[in-house]
Formats: sequence, C-alpha cells, structure tokens
Amino acid sequence: MPAIDLANPTLFLRLVNRVLPWLIALTVVLFAIGLFRAVNAPDDYQQGATVKIMYLHVPAAWLGMMGWGLMSVAALGTLVWRHPLSDVAGKAAAPLGAAFTFICLVTGSLWGRPTWGTYWVWDARLTSMLVLLLLYLGVMALYWTAEDPGRGSRAAAILALVGAVNLPIIKFSVDWWNTLHQPASIMRMGGSAIDPSILWPLLIMAGAFTLLFFTLHLAAMRNEILRRRVRTMQLMQAQEAHA
Amino acid sequence: MNLGPHADFIIASYAVTLFVVAVLIAWVVLDYSTQRRTLGDLEARGITRRGRRKDQA
Repeated sequence: MPAIDLANPTLFLRLVNRVLPWLIALTVVLFAIGLFRAVNAPDDYQQGATVKIMYLHVPAAWLGMMGWGLMSVAALGTLVWRHPLSDVAGKAAAPLGAAFTFICLVTGSLWGRPTWGTYWVWDARLTSMLVLLLLYLGVMALYWTAEDPGRGSRAAAILALVGAVNLPIIKFSVDWWNTLHQPASIMRMGGSAIDPSILWPLLIMAGAFTLLFFTLHLAAMRNEILRRRVRTMQLMQAQEAHA
Repeated sequence: MNLGPHADFIIASYAVTLFVVAVLIAWVVLDYSTQRRTLGDLEARGITRRGRRKDQA
C-alpha cells in the first residue's frame, strides 16, 4: 500500500485497528522492563533515591516538547495542504502534550524541593515549560470552543506554528541564561554525562512513554475521525428534518 | 527498597504520573465507546454521511 493512501481516513482507521493491539502490548512490555530497571537502579551519589523521579520527569519533558513539534508539523498540513488528517493529528496531540507537560512540571517541582530546596523558581527553563503548558491550553481552547470547527482548526494551527518558537527556547534556556536547572546531560556534545546504570533505565522508560504517547495519539485520532463522521451525519439528519 | 528521607516526594511523583496517565487512557477509551455508540445509533436510523438510505426514506 503506498504511504499516501494512509492519508485517506477510512484506510487510516483500518491501519489503526490493526496496529493498536501490537502497540499496546509493546508499551506494556517496555513499561514492565523500564519500571523494573528503574526500581533496581542505584541511587545517585549526590541526590540519593530522588534520582528515581528522573525516570518520569525527563521522558515527560521530551514528550511535552515532541507533542508540540508534532502539532507544528500537522499545522503545516492543515494550513498549506488543508488535509483533514493533519488537523485530526494536531487536535489529538494537544491534550496528550498538555498532560505530559503537566507531569513534567509537577514531577520537576517534587524533585526540586529536596534537591534545590524549593518547589518553584521563575528561571528560564521552568518558566518556558510553564509557557508551553499555557500554549497547549490555548490550542485546546481554540479547537474545542470555536463555533466553526474549520476556523478553530486554522487558528489553532497558526498558534501551533507561532508557539514552536518556544521549543528552542526551552531546549537552550539552560545554556543562554543562568538557571537553577541543570544543563543538558544526556543529549550533548561529547556524549552523555550519566552513568550507564542510570542512563539505560532512563532510555527504556523514555521509549515506553514515547510508545504510550503514540498509542494514545493513534487512538485519539481514531476517536476524532469518528466524531467528525458523527457530526456530518447529525448535520445530514438536521438538514433532512428541515427539508 | 529504601527510598531514603525523601520517599514522599518520589512516591508523590509516581502517583501523580500514574493518575494523569490513567485519566488519559480512560478519556480515550470512553470517548471511543461514546463515538461508536452514537455512530451505531445514527446508522440504525438509516442516516449515512450522504443522507438517509433509500430503503429508510
């Protein structure tokens, strides 16, 4: 099947129904391995057992940013090619990205208290991450409250593209400004600064969370396609009732 | 497993994450069953995306 055929909602639904059970199984297996490795990983020599919060916080931060990246690409599809599946992908990603950004902020706060002595500080990394959450809430409001879904989708797509400016700000905030947050220690020039005994559980947990994101995203896209079909049928019913 | 003096913070982090993920999964599953049910009701009444089926008109 040519890849372009997947842009057809009916074929896409068929593919999702086939792929979803495998994705769910793979996600569960990877979480089981990741959690086992995380529980049995050694404590950090400075932070002690609080390093276990990292196995949640870091993947959630990555996915919060990846969700917005995904929405930005989908926004291009909505605005340039006006493809309905792009719009469906963007709308389905928004609550997922918001949820992972929220997890990142809460776990970061809970990690910050024993490590830094404070739950929150208005430094560049934390503030730009909070801005990301507010942007997500803005996009969701545009999608869900617009009277005309088409106009709401276009407005949300524009906000998704404009908000993408925040992604490099989040990533490089620890290099550009003095922050309480530590600098990059995994993806950096010269390799990771983390010991493999802690790095591997983190990477497995990141893989598990990423699979969870895509599993939920495909399922949410399927729901959105069905919701649009319901809406079309209800409009047909209303038109016939008035005819 | 000894979580040390900051066990509350670690447990709270895992509990919040578990709760948010559970809410996301419940939202997706419940939304799917709602859409399927509504779609089924409309189809049972003969409504299609192109109008009412001829045999139901």
